[in-house]
Amino acid sequence: MILRIDGKQIEAKKWDTILSAAKRNGISIPSLCHHDALENVGACRLCVVEVKTSSNGERKLVTACEYKVAPHIEVFTHSEAVRRSRQTTLDLLLARAPENKLLLDLSRENGVESTSYSTSPDANECILCYLCTRACEKMGCNAISAVGRGQGKSIQPPFLTVPDACVGCGSCAAICPTGFIEMIDMPSKRVIWGKEFERAKCESCGAPLIPVAYREWAIANRELPEDYYLQCQECKRKELASKFSGLGVS
Amino acid sequence: MRIRTASDLSQWAEHVRKREANISIQIKVCGGAGCRAAGAEVLRDALIQAAGEQQRKIEIDFDKCLESDANTFIGMTGCQGLCQAGPLITMNGELLVGVRPKDAADVIRAASGEISMPARLYYRSNPGGTPLKQKSEIPFYAHQELLALKHCGELLPQSLASYVHLGGFTALFNAFQKSPEEVIDIVDASGLRGRGGGGFPTGRKWRSCVDASKAGDNECYIVCNGDEGDPGAFMDCALMEGNPFVVLEGMIIGAYAIGASQGYIYVRNEYPVAVSRLRKAIVMCREAGLLGDNIFDSDFSFNIELVRGGGAFVCGESSALMRSIEGKIGEPTSKYIRSTEQGLFGLPTVLNNVETFACVPFILSESGSRFSKFGTEQSKGTKAFCLAGCVKHTGLVEVPMGTTLRDVIFTIGGGIQNDRPFKAVQTGGPSGGCLPAEKLDLPVDFDELTQVGSMMGSGGMIVMDDRSCMVDVARYFTRFLLGESCGKCVPCREGLYQLHTLLNGISKGIATKRTLDDIELLACEMKKSALCGLGKSAPNPILSALNNFRDEFEEHVNLKRCRAGVCAGLTTFVIDETKCTGCLRCKSGCPVDAISGSANQTHVIDEQRCIRCGACRQVCPDDAVQVAK
Repeated sequence: MILRIDGKQIEAKKWDTILSAAKRNGISIPSLCHHDALENVGACRLCVVEVKTSSNGERKLVTACEYKVAPHIEVFTHSEAVRRSRQTTLDLLLARAPENKLLLDLSRENGVESTSYSTSPDANECILCYLCTRACEKMGCNAISAVGRGQGKSIQPPFLTVPDACVGCGSCAAICPTGFIEMIDMPSKRVIWGKEFERAKCESCGAPLIPVAYREWAIANRELPEDYYLQCQECKRKELASKFSGLGVS
Repeated sequence: MRIRTASDLSQWAEHVRKREANISIQIKVCGGAGCRAAGAEVLRDALIQAAGEQQRKIEIDFDKCLESDANTFIGMTGCQGLCQAGPLITMNGELLVGVRPKDAADVIRAASGEISMPARLYYRSNPGGTPLKQKSEIPFYAHQELLALKHCGELLPQSLASYVHLGGFTALFNAFQKSPEEVIDIVDASGLRGRGGGGFPTGRKWRSCVDASKAGDNECYIVCNGDEGDPGAFMDCALMEGNPFVVLEGMIIGAYAIGASQGYIYVRNEYPVAVSRLRKAIVMCREAGLLGDNIFDSDFSFNIELVRGGGAFVCGESSALMRSIEGKIGEPTSKYIRSTEQGLFGLPTVLNNVETFACVPFILSESGSRFSKFGTEQSKGTKAFCLAGCVKHTGLVEVPMGTTLRDVIFTIGGGIQNDRPFKAVQTGGPSGGCLPAEKLDLPVDFDELTQVGSMMGSGGMIVMDDRSCMVDVARYFTRFLLGESCGKCVPCREGLYQLHTLLNGISKGIATKRTLDDIELLACEMKKSALCGLGKSAPNPILSALNNFRDEFEEHVNLKRCRAGVCAGLTTFVIDETKCTGCLRCKSGCPVDAISGSANQTHVIDEQRCIRCGACRQVCPDDAVQVAK
């Protein structure tokens, strides 16, 4: 399928969104809540682009992450309307997290130096992009979700308690773009969402590994072998190497 | 009794008619929310007690009443319309207004012919006017045209017999005599557009759902949106409480037309009466064979499940509503693919509003061709509105599309309370806007209202007099939306917060000349980039207020003055000595003792002490408390 993005003819697959087609063709569109491995939600509104359909020639703002490509559409990723919309969105996000480095960098790239709005009293660095909740859902745990509504919405475990379903995999912290989700890894334990997880130890060298709960959960739910993560990567590599050397492979 | 044919229906109706003739006194107490708040339930109990004391044979269950030798029926209906004059009673066809429990004995005595009805219980246009007994004589009712609300207030909502008696389900039978395709054609030709606010042509929606379900060889669903939540709007509530059957009948016709075997009706959780009446109506329809397997002995089967909302305004938005039914968090999703293609559970879905479904049986009835005789070129039929605010006759009205705002507010609504000047009318709830006096002659239809920056919305109509501050009104709706925004997308979540902060600044007098531009800019960006319809329309109340009442905003910003006397920081109340009679009312009404002066002397407000609550202004009979210039 052929469509035009910023005047360029682009080849796209029928399952492409504007964002994926653009990316593959080296056209950059900023986004905060998109992740290739997760379902799109269109929450951050940063990837807005203008689309002109051939039917009525009207140009409208759509989210590139969700809008499926169609033949004969024309996409504008950096028009005046797009620029203004992104600036407003970033300006609003900065009012929520004025010090956040990622947001500041992104804002400056898009021509916003600092927020022109008043910062909200309960401002924090969670920009409610839902990457963590979607990652958690994808993992199969559903330990956290968005709670409440409007400005007061936050990402929380059920009933704001220590989440039963959390296995301490750390996906939420790893995917959080602003570094808001705190995960503390100590040699003996991992602490996340107020829950402590005992860390497994490498049976060869004693180095701390993933949490025991996560290891057991993964074996039970992901058809992994019983010896999954009994060793650290380094020991595993050494053991494998010695096996190979025993076979006469150098 | 299982209904199989049209003659089953007419026989049942005939049976009710005959039995009803034995009931010499039929008292129907209005059970609308307004009258209930005014004490309708206590009144009903008083009437039952009085009738018992006067040795009448009473029955309060209409179905039982028909099969007994009772000669008196006392029951509750849905909203009878004129909320302002409640509690209302319809007694053997006559309308009684403002009936109190102490009037109960007189009402029963008058009903049995022992005395004549006390004249105070009849409606009068003004205090000395002639008592009017029939609804058709009262201007509030005389200028209305009831189609969707036709039997609301007359029908007994807990009795299927009562609905059948009034011709219920004959439209469904008519529809069954036609092919589904023909039914869609009729609905299409009637010009019916979605009453939930968007105004999408109903027939076209149904057809595209049929096309999508055929193309994908999929099942499809029909869903009724009863999640009405606009401040000041209660049409859907009145319909679901007052005539649940007509909503169900409309849904069954729709299901037959699109070939759905499962329907859902999503009702706002804060409408417990509507929930229980609809549940009961569903059970009664199922028992009568009007829902369930093989309706009218055809091979068409259809069921309806009632789903209670979770208390979120945003769940009235179609995609959020469907997610809520699916058991997920009620947050909207992007609608680049229509729900007629991919809706509930990913299958083609028709979602219509309560009032839309309530119009369908009329369209499929014998007199259905009358529907498109009402209305304008692009908006056919009638529309129910809730008249609220500073209007003399608040209540539930239904008028042909294209009726002017002036007719609705002044002819039907009777004008502004205390004959104060009209200032604005807010239509369309939080997605709509405020229209000034210049727009009073605007014909009310979907397109006209949209053109002037407001919206039909679900049909709330809040009338405001000169004591309403437009900054405050914009602030109120923004505050409402701020609390109801789901918080999923940035423009709505953060944008509403900032808009509300900026508006607060105006009403506190700390705004600068730039503030109005900032508001306008942000509001326009929100309209374009928010995720759902709620977010996209959220800036409408502000933008329309700014467009139509910009001078008032500028006055707040530049002169630090609120002419309506609402914004506390920008108001000083003074007593006009030429008007004050020294009646002491304001003095005793002041919560902070800021008013001095003794009887028959001009009162004075201590500006330092005054908290600008406006209580003195409310109680002053001579309009002597004024906003300082």
